[in-house]
Amino acid sequence: MDIFLQNIINALQWGSFYAVVSIGYSMVYGVLMLFNFAHGDIFMVGTYIGFGIATLLLALFSAFMPGWMIFILVILITMFLASFVGVFVEVVGYRPLRGAPRASAAITGLMIGIIFETGNLIILGAKRFSFPPLIESVTYNFGGIYVTNVKVLIIVASLVMMAALHLFIKKTKWGMAMRAMSYDFQAVPLMGVSINIIAPMTFAIGAGLASVAGILYGQAYPVLDPYMGISLGWKAFVAAILGGRGSIMGAALAGYLLGFIEMFVPMFFPSTFRDLIAYSIILVILTFRPRGFFGMAHSTQLRL
Amino acid sequence: MKKLVYLVMAACVVTFCFSSNGWTQRKTTIKVGINAPMTGDIPKVGEGTKYAAEMWLDDVNKAGGIEVGGKKYPVELVLEDNESKAESAVKANTKMITQDDVMIIIGPQSSKQAIPAGDVANNYETPMISPWSTNPATTADRPFVFRGCFLDPFQGPVLANFITEEFGFKKAAVLYDVASDYPKGLAEFFKAAWEEKHGAGSVVAYESFTTKDTDFSSQLTKIIKSGADFLFTPQYYNEVALIVNQAKDLGWKGPVVGSDSWGSAETVELCGEACFGQFFSTHYAAAGAKGATKEFIDRYNASYGYVPDDVGALTWDALRLAQAAIEGAGELTGDIKKDRTAVRDALARVENFEGITGKMTFTEEGDPNKCAVIVKISDKGEYEFYKSICP
Repeated sequence: MDIFLQNIINALQWGSFYAVVSIGYSMVYGVLMLFNFAHGDIFMVGTYIGFGIATLLLALFSAFMPGWMIFILVILITMFLASFVGVFVEVVGYRPLRGAPRASAAITGLMIGIIFETGNLIILGAKRFSFPPLIESVTYNFGGIYVTNVKVLIIVASLVMMAALHLFIKKTKWGMAMRAMSYDFQAVPLMGVSINIIAPMTFAIGAGLASVAGILYGQAYPVLDPYMGISLGWKAFVAAILGGRGSIMGAALAGYLLGFIEMFVPMFFPSTFRDLIAYSIILVILTFRPRGFFGMAHSTQLRL
Repeated sequence: MKKLVYLVMAACVVTFCFSSNGWTQRKTTIKVGINAPMTGDIPKVGEGTKYAAEMWLDDVNKAGGIEVGGKKYPVELVLEDNESKAESAVKANTKMITQDDVMIIIGPQSSKQAIPAGDVANNYETPMISPWSTNPATTADRPFVFRGCFLDPFQGPVLANFITEEFGFKKAAVLYDVASDYPKGLAEFFKAAWEEKHGAGSVVAYESFTTKDTDFSSQLTKIIKSGADFLFTPQYYNEVALIVNQAKDLGWKGPVVGSDSWGSAETVELCGEACFGQFFSTHYAAAGAKGATKEFIDRYNASYGYVPDDVGALTWDALRLAQAAIEGAGELTGDIKKDRTAVRDALARVENFEGITGKMTFTEEGDPNKCAVIVKISDKGEYEFYKSICP
């Protein structure tokens, strides 16, 4: 029983990263009808920015500022800076190709991703960096189930972020513009809502979220690597499809589902078969629900 | 279209310039190829390889080159990045052998790259020394491939014996990367050795993951609940840091034991205090070294600002072995094929070579007989010599 509960905690933590990153895919898809394949690498760049800011702030303020305050400052500054990375990707990679065939636009994302990876390697070199712990890890033992405060923080912070995004999209004017754009990207610009504002904004929000996920990731898995975004990015992309293209709620749920499947498969099978079984399950789900959980029927007419 | 034609022409001219440049020098310089992971999963290993090679080249240049048959030949290094990928290592070897006309190749370091790359070297009849690859398949049935370190079938039982004697443990847990030759091979050898000692079923958890995974909590939960006395994880430094810390967070109290892949200078830096007090088997221990070993460590530390890990030391030995073999080849004919075979034969004849990681004589397979060292990570994060175990 306790192994079961322990794995639920593990899966909630691991699924949080998939959920937050897959939302970035889903939002961009909603607005531009294409997947931003650079998103995994935006996550990586966000993590490195977070690492830089965290190191800087810890060196400057750790003497007289409590840890949680530095943590919040790191999150806010990193989000701000990382959102520009998102805007950069949109302006440089996607805007010039907006009228181009979809496949070309999809490829730009991959290329920008490779540029980020190799650029990082050239600028920072081959050395692996260790993300400084912003919060001292404390382990609690509830009758054989081990929970650290970092785990709790990751799960809670991810849920808060997703709730905030949900409110933003449902309650604000900007959110309404985003929803309208995903409803009809040809008619809405005629109503005076410029795609040149909404698209970069969507990228910026996605990048901001990914960078916070990166900071949290750095707390749980503190070894930074220029290629850290690839595998996570692809799996989050799977979650975005599984959740239903363009559905933010669906992406988040599918992210957690992916985390649960990946954690629970090794519980019953040899861990060697983990990915094989996990992704076979997803294949089966997609066979029965080809549009994912919340995918809209009209998305079959869309261009990708 | 015209532009494209010009572009292609320009590219051809550039390529030709570079290749002809290599061609004119072919007869006068000895080229030594280095196949190292400069980028990818374990760049620190590539860096150590490169630094050791630079130091060696410096020595050779100071001596005016390598002397063969009474004539001094200048030496040139050809460094190719294998990106820590098997296919890139194969490409790098093919390029160095067919285009750069290297005399001998040093590397690749990890078995994952050394096994396929060794095949290329053997097919082209070019001698290759992998300083760090401990998997038997690297040199098996390949007369042109050698290595500078002991083998996993030796390392597995060494660790099993050490743990049994030191701690008196009965139940083992293993966590390894199933997608990489070195951890997979070593995990199997360790399991076999442990079960031979303690009976079938004494490895109570045998869990795996794939390269690039960062979350091991599911496997570790299983391991912890299995009631194992200790965890053996033959992983590289970036994974060690994550595994050891996650195990601690999940309530693991027992020791974590590692293999020579832990020996990188970055293991402790990334892993922090969770790794203090853990043991691993390796090729040499920097702390408390004497003689030529100490001289090498001091020089390396002075030049690059950190104590070299086992990769650096083994690469140094491999390069000096290569030098000894080239010197022992008699004379260079200028026909690269004949010279390579002569160097290979000289390498196979090397006896009691005094390396900084121990004495070496090659067996028929091209593997040296060497001792293993058990290292304890001290409370200051230094690698302390604990015990030496010889075959």
